[in-house]
Amino acid sequence: MSKLQQQLDAGQFVVTAEIAPPKGSDPSEALAKARSFSGVTAINVTDNQGANMRMSPLALAALLVRQGQEPVLQLTCRDRNRLALQSDLLGAAALGVENLLILSGDHARFGDHPEAKSVFDLDSVQLLQAVEGLTLGQDLAGRSLEVAPRFCCGAAVSPSAEPFELMFQKFAKKVEAGAGFFQTQAVFDPPALERFMAAARPLGVPVLLGVLLVKSARMARFLNQHIPGVQVPEPLVERLEQAADPLDEGVAIARDMVAQARSLCQGVHLMTLGHEERIPEILHQTG
Amino acid sequence: MIISKQKDRQELLAALEGRDRIFLVGCAACATACKSGGEEEVFQLQEWLGGQGKEVTGSVVIDEACHIMRAARDLRQHYAQIEEAQALLVLACGAGIQSVSGSTDRLVIGGVNSLFLGNVRRFGQYEEKCSLCGECILNETAGICPVTNCAKGLLNGPCGGMEEGRCEADRDSECAWVQIYERLKTQGRQGVFARTVAPKNWAKGGKPGKHKLK
Ligand code: SF4
Ligand code: SF4
Repeated sequence: MSKLQQQLDAGQFVVTAEIAPPKGSDPSEALAKARSFSGVTAINVTDNQGANMRMSPLALAALLVRQGQEPVLQLTCRDRNRLALQSDLLGAAALGVENLLILSGDHARFGDHPEAKSVFDLDSVQLLQAVEGLTLGQDLAGRSLEVAPRFCCGAAVSPSAEPFELMFQKFAKKVEAGAGFFQTQAVFDPPALERFMAAARPLGVPVLLGVLLVKSARMARFLNQHIPGVQVPEPLVERLEQAADPLDEGVAIARDMVAQARSLCQGVHLMTLGHEERIPEILHQTG
Repeated sequence: MIISKQKDRQELLAALEGRDRIFLVGCAACATACKSGGEEEVFQLQEWLGGQGKEVTGSVVIDEACHIMRAARDLRQHYAQIEEAQALLVLACGAGIQSVSGSTDRLVIGGVNSLFLGNVRRFGQYEEKCSLCGECILNETAGICPVTNCAKGLLNGPCGGMEEGRCEADRDSECAWVQIYERLKTQGRQGVFARTVAPKNWAKGGKPGKHKLK
């Protein structure tokens, strides 16, 4: 059983972080970065994030396993049909990759191959069902597997997306389809988080709050304009603007959100964008 | 209606390379409505070909070029002109072009690109609402097709890219799932949210096209 699964089951406060595979064939930098993470249970490996072509996350996840770290393999529906997805899943299990994060994937239009044919043969709910089927020894065609893989399988949610009820219906479908944990899109707004957690808690699935390190007011404005489901409230943008050291301020904001997560969620998913050395500070408990 | 658009003239010229006598075919149905292959466009093309030093041996606008028998019959009536030509240039959708290429051994050159099955808002303004998937889900989606109108063709609700009701792939368009959700709500129905929709059976779309409808 993966460490992530054990800690989730034990009700412990879980910390995950993420790395992106390289745009090239040398994994050493990404692996070194992963080694520099401290206090993190598992490391997400992104899958052609933003529809930008990079090294296969399955390969990098397997290399993480080899260096004794636990990956969360992100798998999107954009680039593969149901055969490729299932065969990658069996391959992941064979390589010792146990944790998954199932996503629909960003639209190809905005990536570096905008002319690509997007697949979306399955959607994220259907892929969650497929994963569950595999763990029960059956593929999507109803055929038996010789040996069933074992996974700790999660999904994503945007707690502050509107309409709330629509977002929540999809969330509930993912729970029903077998999502064992959730990592959220970055949230900066405690009331929005409280509202979501009040509705989500009865479903009994662990939620790891997405905590993003915002480095400047400019970045906050960029997020507000371009990243769906991420809203940095104006008072926080002002705090960043007026700070003597905006990065320190960003760390302080991230720390506040970690504190929120400690009272409302079962963990955090850290997105530190190149400032991994600040992770201990972000996680440091105050008061 | 099948929405189509003429290929650009340079591409046509390249396709006609070395063929100087051309017979023109149009379609009186969709291609006429789309102004890609009606009487008028056939005439314009004839003028243009003349200007390029080509001879048009004759032309016909078939009632519905997709109708295989009708296309064959209309072409037979122009047998002599077609015999004289080195190629047929067809201004009809891909289906129409293939009715023609199926009825003659002559070289057939398509002069349009077929775009989609379109609804007509007004002439010249078309909207794609159905992509002919073979397994229609409209009854559960309040009559709004997610296969076609959701940029990712998702079947179980919106993706994480939806923001303020707008689509991740095109902020100028509404997210199809918000539309579905809102219309179901006004109808007081659960619709597609009452169940998890299984993976689509793309085999029902039937490629290669061997549909047998009784
Ligand atoms: S569900 Fe399929 S058949 Fe129905 S409108 Fe959409 S594409 Fe057309
Ligand atoms: S925003 Fe809505 S319409 Fe656009 S891809 Fe996502 S779910 Fe589909």
